[in-house]
Amino acid sequence: MTAVLERPAPVRPAGPSAKARRLARRVAGPWTYAALIAVLAGSAFPVYWSFVVSSQTPDAIDSVPPVLVPGGHLFENITRVFDTTDFALAMMNSIIVSGTVTLSVVFFSTLAGFAFAKLRFRGRNVLLLLIIGTQAIPTELGIIPLYMMMSEFGWAGEIHAVIVPGLVTAFGVFFMRQYFERAIPDELLEAGRMDGCHSLRLFWHIALPAARPAAAVLGLFTFMQAWNDFFWPLVVLTPENPTVQKALNELASGYTTDYTLVLTAATISTVPVLAVFLLFGRQIVGGIMSGAVKG
Amino acid sequence: MALIDKTARRHRWDTKFAPYGYVAPYFLIFGVFGLFPLLYTVWVSLQHRNLVESADAYFIWFSNYAQLFADPYFWNAMGNTLSLWLLTTVPQILFALGIAQLLNRKVRTRTLFRMGVILPNITSVAAVTIIFAQLFGRDFGLINWVLDLFGAGHIDWQAGTATSHIAIASMVVWRWTGYHALIFLASMQAIPSSLYEAATLDGANGRQQFWRITVPLLRPQIIFSTIIATTGNMRLLAEPLLFNPGAAAATGGSDRQFQTAALYLYEQGFSKWDFGYSSAIAVVLAIATIIVAGLGYLVTKRIRTE
Repeated sequence: MTAVLERPAPVRPAGPSAKARRLARRVAGPWTYAALIAVLAGSAFPVYWSFVVSSQTPDAIDSVPPVLVPGGHLFENITRVFDTTDFALAMMNSIIVSGTVTLSVVFFSTLAGFAFAKLRFRGRNVLLLLIIGTQAIPTELGIIPLYMMMSEFGWAGEIHAVIVPGLVTAFGVFFMRQYFERAIPDELLEAGRMDGCHSLRLFWHIALPAARPAAAVLGLFTFMQAWNDFFWPLVVLTPENPTVQKALNELASGYTTDYTLVLTAATISTVPVLAVFLLFGRQIVGGIMSGAVKG
Repeated sequence: MALIDKTARRHRWDTKFAPYGYVAPYFLIFGVFGLFPLLYTVWVSLQHRNLVESADAYFIWFSNYAQLFADPYFWNAMGNTLSLWLLTTVPQILFALGIAQLLNRKVRTRTLFRMGVILPNITSVAAVTIIFAQLFGRDFGLINWVLDLFGAGHIDWQAGTATSHIAIASMVVWRWTGYHALIFLASMQAIPSSLYEAATLDGANGRQQFWRITVPLLRPQIIFSTIIATTGNMRLLAEPLLFNPGAAAATGGSDRQFQTAALYLYEQGFSKWDFGYSSAIAVVLAIATIIVAGLGYLVTKRIRTE
């Protein structure tokens, strides 16, 4: 005790400079802003440049120095894309695939997540471990047998070949389960049970409304993932009935050397996800940040 | 009395069996379309199954694997895969740490910056690769133009092994760094500021604080990110495929200089229609991924936590 008292009072030293104090309070200085703006520019540039090329005449892509500001030929190029390939069909297919997959993943994940978090049943922990384990499995590596199955079913070339394997995800179940653990107090469900509620009614009237924020985040991620999916649509679909990503591949690997056309298609293909991103960016950022911290 | 019986029975049925009904859709669909194909890959890899030759398949046991291990194209593809794994995973984690550190300051318009770093992650891999392939173009590419300004001269990015790997790695790093940065940021915000204040009073500068406090405390997230990144980066397919699109896209360059193992799997399976051989590649790639992820785990686990 005395030892503590005798120690010289910490003279608020002339020491910590303004810089050190700022460091401690972690307020951003000008260099931080400069670096962040550079990162932002680097992130946005490729997408921006693709848009610029899409709005220029075809010779702009080969010009030196490069063209870096948008021109007035955007709609002309878009029209050319839709004239050259059946990009409308590809967009439609992608909307159907991503929409169905999103609704299904959100619904089944919410249902299973609720059961794992709030209902007791034999084997629950083993089954949950199985789900966590399968999250890490690269199912893409089963692509050959999956293709054989689809041929067997006569689904190869049809978009349900892309939809059906995507109807559930391990991540979705796990994500919703984590959310329910925290979001719904057990007492609330107990009270519901006392009133004679069947578990399906508990799900419908208590769990589902409470799950809305998490379900929305899961839906956003699932939609973007389904929209951007490349490998499986590439092998199972045909050039005549593609998703957007498959159509992009066909366009880029076709005989055309008109890269303005290809880049315009790439720009169009990012519009839906970009729209989702601009509308719900805050939720997407929050989702990644909260999904990462497991607990 | 009968009524109570009925309610009780219904209640017991509900608590005993209904939960299985709720989790069943997941297990059914995943079992049929996820797990089964994966396991069946092993079976197919033991067969001679070439759709071009005939519709019949027969067992040849480990012949596909014997052929694979003697196949120089396969080893070339595995070498490219490992090179790209290193060139993507390491910068991804390091840049992500740096960006997270920047974002962890008290910044105005922080939502804008956070959305900015995640923007690349929401764009599709096909679109990104098509865009980057143009940026890395030999004659009119923007990157060569910039290099020219500095007098570095033109680089034929696709032609060389090293240059093509750098170009492809840059696409992956661009697309994924922000995602990992946000994961790190979330954990950084949970570090009590008193730790930094104490360190500042002890005279530790920013760099020391970063390596001695921040990084060790982020160890679990760094391990997580390394493993996630590894499983993704070991099976790159769209980037090498679309970097050089065209009739010979599946070979990954004229000399297979950027053909990854996943792309070789694609070439054997869906351009040569040799399903048995292709499945053997899938199995070996899966095992290699587990080994490399384990390696990544061992390395990141050694981050000091004092």
